[in-house]
Amino acid sequence: MTTENTMPDISIEALRQGDRSEFARLVDAYSAPIYHLGLRMLGNEQDAEDVLQNTFINALTHLHGFEGRSSILTWLYRIAANEALMTLRRGRPEVNIDDPVDSGDDGEALPPTQFVDWSALPEDELLSAEGKQALDAAIQSLPENLRMVFLLRDIQELSIRDVASALDLTEANVKVRLLRARLLLRERLSFYYGERMRKEKTNG
Amino acid sequence: MAETTFTSCEGLLGSLSDYIDGELGAELCRQIEKHVAECENCRIVVDTTRKTIDLVHVSNASETGLPEDVRDRLFKRLNLDDYLKPSAK
Ligand SMILES: [Zn+2]
Repeated sequence: MTTENTMPDISIEALRQGDRSEFARLVDAYSAPIYHLGLRMLGNEQDAEDVLQNTFINALTHLHGFEGRSSILTWLYRIAANEALMTLRRGRPEVNIDDPVDSGDDGEALPPTQFVDWSALPEDELLSAEGKQALDAAIQSLPENLRMVFLLRDIQELSIRDVASALDLTEANVKVRLLRARLLLRERLSFYYGERMRKEKTNG
Repeated sequence: MAETTFTSCEGLLGSLSDYIDGELGAELCRQIEKHVAECENCRIVVDTTRKTIDLVHVSNASETGLPEDVRDRLFKRLNLDDYLKPSAK
């Protein structure tokens, strides 16, 4: 159903010459991962669809600017990430639209505070309907800058280098944000699964 | 960075992502393994962080398709209607 892990042979030259069937192939190859990035980032289908459409419209307009230094998917992620972050900011009237999209907040990772070992719980229990909901909510609650890095690296499975290139960050920045995101997520899941383990104990 | 040692829990935290992603050298891995063998809290942090990432992978593996109506509207917006599969209608 998806082509995330296979790289179809898209001809940039054909795209630049306005080959519409090649563009249709590009859209079919990469629309699903772009849509899911938007969905995870924005949390609703309508905004995710807008990001998806705008990404390919922008890609079509800026094809001449694609230099082939990154893969075409990384380039599309770059456009999509900008679209998504701008959409998030538009929803917040108190924020000046001219401010940089990324505040560059790269503070230290918070030290862990939850030390419940839930890692050996069976997977079908961890990912029960309720567990999956808790996981989704925890991802959704990550601060935007951390969430974008986390989604690209741990869900779309880009390399650190490609995440850096898609978001115009240094690899060191990406690593710092990734660590913060993972630790925050771990902290929230530990709290949730810890509660569940306690409840199960008292219920016998 | 190369001479980082894991005499402290904070030191381990700084290399946690690289360790989990399998991007640390053998010597640093050995130091981490030595530390977690003696530090229960760090052992839990390593195991639950790794499990967190596993769960994210598993839970997202099923969410990779594009809904047919979203694809239809995308192709129309891009003036690619004629490349929509006839069956997609
Ligand atoms: Zn420790």
